[in-house]
Amino acid sequence: MGGSDREAVAGARAGDTEAFRTLVDRYSHKVFRLGYRMTSNEHDAEDVVQETFLRAYRALDQFESRADFGTWIFRIAANAALDLMRKRQRHEESRSPLDPGGSEDSPELPSADPTPERLMFSAEVSDKVSRALAGLSAVERTAFVLRHYEGMSIEEIGGVLELKESATKNTIFRAVQKLRRELAPFVSCQEAQ
Amino acid sequence: MQHVTEEQLVHYRYGDVEEADRRVIDEHLRACASCRESLGVLEGVLAAVDAVPVPERGERYSEEVWQRLAPRLAARPQAPRTSGWAAIFRPAEWLRVRPWAVAGVMAALVVAAFLLGRFWPRPPAQVARSPQGAQTPAPAAVRDRILLVAVGDHLERSQMVLVELENARGTGPVDISAERDRAEDLVAANRLYRQTAARAGEAGVANVLDELERVLVEVAHSPSEISPAQLEELRHRIEAQGILFKVRIIDSQVKQRERTSAEKAGRGDT
Repeated sequence: MGGSDREAVAGARAGDTEAFRTLVDRYSHKVFRLGYRMTSNEHDAEDVVQETFLRAYRALDQFESRADFGTWIFRIAANAALDLMRKRQRHEESRSPLDPGGSEDSPELPSADPTPERLMFSAEVSDKVSRALAGLSAVERTAFVLRHYEGMSIEEIGGVLELKESATKNTIFRAVQKLRRELAPFVSCQEAQ
Repeated sequence: MQHVTEEQLVHYRYGDVEEADRRVIDEHLRACASCRESLGVLEGVLAAVDAVPVPERGERYSEEVWQRLAPRLAARPQAPRTSGWAAIFRPAEWLRVRPWAVAGVMAALVVAAFLLGRFWPRPPAQVARSPQGAQTPAPAAVRDRILLVAVGDHLERSQMVLVELENARGTGPVDISAERDRAEDLVAANRLYRQTAARAGEAGVANVLDELERVLVEVAHSPSEISPAQLEELRHRIEAQGILFKVRIIDSQVKQRERTSAEKAGRGDT
């Protein structure tokens, strides 16, 4: 952990809210990206950001100074997103990651431009990928996002999900397997075009 | 020639294989066009996943986050005491030792807290005041909230396992090792909660926890891979008992009580 993170945590523990603000400045973008990757929804991702820093603030006394703050905050963010997804699951809310009508929750899609690069980012590709990600369970999605996007170790992910190493690896494999089954035919077609 | 399995390929791609295995896979991929193609498809899928854009946040985003967050930051909570409940209830130490043992240890605390709350009269609420003059909740109220949060947490974790099983799919053997591991960790805690609820006369809660425990035990004792027929049987059992619905009802009630308790604490009520 960098010296500045350590100093900011120490200051925040002592009651210096500006010190905690330093940590918010440093990690808010990353936490938003993680929240969005897990929930596929901007509003939910914003909620994850708020909830993450609130929980972190309340739990500062439990943070071990020799640990890495970034890893710790991602762990909190992953749990916050997981809680949100579980709540969504329980209430059986159906939120489409992409609204074809173009709601404010949808990521912006590029204009129709026939270059290969634009095709890659087409609405169809995004839709396929988002549906495939939505088909993962909350646990699978968490494990995949933390491994693939955040590069967290198996041990760290196991800590977040409270799974043993073999179960964590298996969860990641199941997630990738599902994505592959959904997207492989589509990826092959894209390459053939 | 023995090909690389799909699972090995995924772990290889993420660098989650032992060095000796990595060398073997490297060598095989050099010689096997079919496995190279499989790896190529996997890379293509992951590249497609990477290509989905994340909405950009502006330069002032962290400032906006802070503006929303700052009013919600209460005065720093007091440092944990080194005696009494707080000395026992320090999650950081448990997590360092064995994360999955937290459930069992918390359950033991919950039992003690539950029994104390039910069978010993509480002293009149004594509301402490911080140096700023704000009220802080009495110890008994804090214990109640700890109890309710612990039970709610256990029910949420149990629901996760049930939902995962209900959503599991497969035409071949289905891997439920993750759910099995979690069920195993939940059984001991559930047993304590069930026994405590029964002793406290909470027959409805005890009955639901009893049904839940039977399902958790069955899952915990299952092999890591089960056939589609076995999965269907397990799923049918969960659905036939309506166990998920019952657990959700109890969880909802516990959360409501926890919120009520928190609100009372915030007002300085008992």
